[in-house]
Amino acid sequence: MTQGVLPDLVPTPATRPERPGLPPLLLGDEAVALAAVHAGASAAYGYPGTPSTEILETLVRTAGETGLTAHWCTNEKTAYEQALGASMVGARVLVTMKHVGLNVAMDPFVNSALVNIHGGLVVVVADDPGMHSSQNEQDSRVLADFARVPCLEPATQQEAYDMTREAFALSERFRVPVLLRLVTRLCHGRAEVVASDREPRPEVRKFGDARDWTLLPGNARRLWQALLDAQPEVARWVESSPWVSLTRAPGPSAVITTGIARNHLAEVLPELPSRPAHLHVGAYPAPDALLRELLRGVESVLVLEEGYPFLERRLRGILPTPVEVRGKESGHLPLAGELTPDAVRDAFGLPHPPELTAGLRLPMRPPQLCQGCPHADAFSAVRQALQGLDTEPVVAGDIGCYTLGALPPHSTLESCVCMGASIGMAKGASDAGARPALAVIGDSTFLHSGLTPLIDAVAHDTDMTVLVLDNGTVAMTGQQPTALPRSRLEPLIRGTGVHPDHLHVVRTHPRKVDELAALIRREIDHPGLSVIVATRECLEAVRHEKKAAKARAEGGEP
Amino acid sequence: MKLDVVLAGVGGQGVLTAAAILAEAGRRHGLTVKQGEVHGMSQRGGAVNANLRMADAPVGSDLIARGSAEMILSLEPVEALRWLPYLSATGVVVTSSSPFRNIVDYPELPDVLEALAGLPRSVVVDADPLAREAGSGHANNVVMLGAASPLLPFPEEALVGCVADFFAAKGEKVVELNLRAFALGKAAGAAAHR
Repeated sequence: MTQGVLPDLVPTPATRPERPGLPPLLLGDEAVALAAVHAGASAAYGYPGTPSTEILETLVRTAGETGLTAHWCTNEKTAYEQALGASMVGARVLVTMKHVGLNVAMDPFVNSALVNIHGGLVVVVADDPGMHSSQNEQDSRVLADFARVPCLEPATQQEAYDMTREAFALSERFRVPVLLRLVTRLCHGRAEVVASDREPRPEVRKFGDARDWTLLPGNARRLWQALLDAQPEVARWVESSPWVSLTRAPGPSAVITTGIARNHLAEVLPELPSRPAHLHVGAYPAPDALLRELLRGVESVLVLEEGYPFLERRLRGILPTPVEVRGKESGHLPLAGELTPDAVRDAFGLPHPPELTAGLRLPMRPPQLCQGCPHADAFSAVRQALQGLDTEPVVAGDIGCYTLGALPPHSTLESCVCMGASIGMAKGASDAGARPALAVIGDSTFLHSGLTPLIDAVAHDTDMTVLVLDNGTVAMTGQQPTALPRSRLEPLIRGTGVHPDHLHVVRTHPRKVDELAALIRREIDHPGLSVIVATRECLEAVRHEKKAAKARAEGGEP
Repeated sequence: MKLDVVLAGVGGQGVLTAAAILAEAGRRHGLTVKQGEVHGMSQRGGAVNANLRMADAPVGSDLIARGSAEMILSLEPVEALRWLPYLSATGVVVTSSSPFRNIVDYPELPDVLEALAGLPRSVVVDADPLAREAGSGHANNVVMLGAASPLLPFPEEALVGCVADFFAAKGEKVVELNLRAFALGKAAGAAAHR
């Protein structure tokens, strides 16, 4: 081949003018952050979690210019409650989390559906279908439905911006929180986003009636009834909103898409023999009237949705339907994992182009701890301490970079379930007779959800050993600050009542593995609760800081 | 026209930066751009990829379908092979041949290079020495952008402009270093093209 463009590309004339003043190329997460600023939000709260992190990260980084209060919180529940307080006094407020974070915030989330939301409260939840960085692929649409709050599901970064703007107004109109459901590919995909005018911030003024915020049974019954009574009006809003669109077409088949599944449909549409009738759903509660209208007279419908078969189940029910419902439960699409253009091709019966293969067995390359990571030394010490025991140890793990301690070459951790679970699980295992029982947990995860189970262990002086890996940062999601500085960790733990003889703060170091191992061994031999805080800075955080300092010295940006 | 590029490499190699520069070049050229990234845990020394989709019409899926990418642009030879099923029959693999060995079962390098040589179209460049020659071992991503540049439908100066703009905030030295890396990659790519 000669030089020039790829032969299979139609060459674009080089004379084509470049477009000046292009709109910014934003991550879905950044689009949400920008929209919150433009909607006049006064505050934003959250806990880092992939793929939601960049929303609040953007707002924290730009707080100086925007004047918006943006705080990383101890966990999703505290974040949600702070958002609720801001709403209570009339401020517009955003709260962000990943899908499993909503489980942590479930108590305030579900109950806040009953109060008379004052300033618009938008709950942004980033789902992770395919589990790129998560322990499950739960679908937040189900939880919005459970709480009976409206849910918006963008298909593009532009919609992420527009829907966030609208969500604030919607929340104020219906006096409920509004859940914005994102998915990984939208959060972490970039596209051009055109912003609209910035709204002024609403003035802070308290709600009118305390009874609308005090969920004593008598008030709660009234407010629950009001929430139920409002559902038809919310449903009417959904059906008339621009986020739901019905495209009629003659013919026996129909397609339903939700969120980014619409993009997969657009990809295959030109190849279909005829255009099917199509309903796109970007807002919930489900637009039942439009669903019925779509299905009138058709023989089959294919439901393309990212996540659970949410609408599909609603259509299918348990009684025979006159319309064949195709989707994840019928086997036309995989139940697990994210939608792919390939899976969608299969569902339409379209052929696949030929594929090349390497002709070579390729090794997996899973993520791993950074070279020299202090966690690796801690794992070496734990393994060493557990050698030669005549009982079978249990090592409960937790969530963070150090979860990689479950994989070779460390193979030390034996569980990872949810934030903070290691301590409660070690206690349960110990109560049931397992010896020794260990919990391994990072500093930020400990502050998030480890303190309360530790108090349980203190209350019973449980025979177990907790190892807190303190690297002074929320490393996995990109070095956000921990809720408390590391110097406060030891007094905090001491304050719960852990016996001072069995509370140790030690430096982790490659040359001190033996020492740490001996200490762990000594404490697992102690027939009560021990806590060892192993501290050493995250290398990546130190590197970033050095780089930033060097750049500052040279007069550039890091 | 459409231009689907799978960018690949190992977490920390600069795959996202390469994707960002290429995406910017695409939209300055008037194309609609969708750029998928990988964040979070997989960035830690694991296999990473970015799906970059560009077209002169609206872009559909957020992901590239198997058998349909015009290019695989990889910073590591094994990672180039990993995404082969996504390449179209007429697509090209542009990859660094410098191995990133952070796994115990890394295959024999000659076998990897042979597999690359057996592809219908490939441009294989030993990027690491060129990056060091340019002034930083981290510039292998820009070396590979240079190697890919003759195969892209953008004027070279537009791509060079994006490289310069991308690093401008880091100071003049960093910009110059990356422009050298780009030029070295371009020359090596032209020589390696088959």
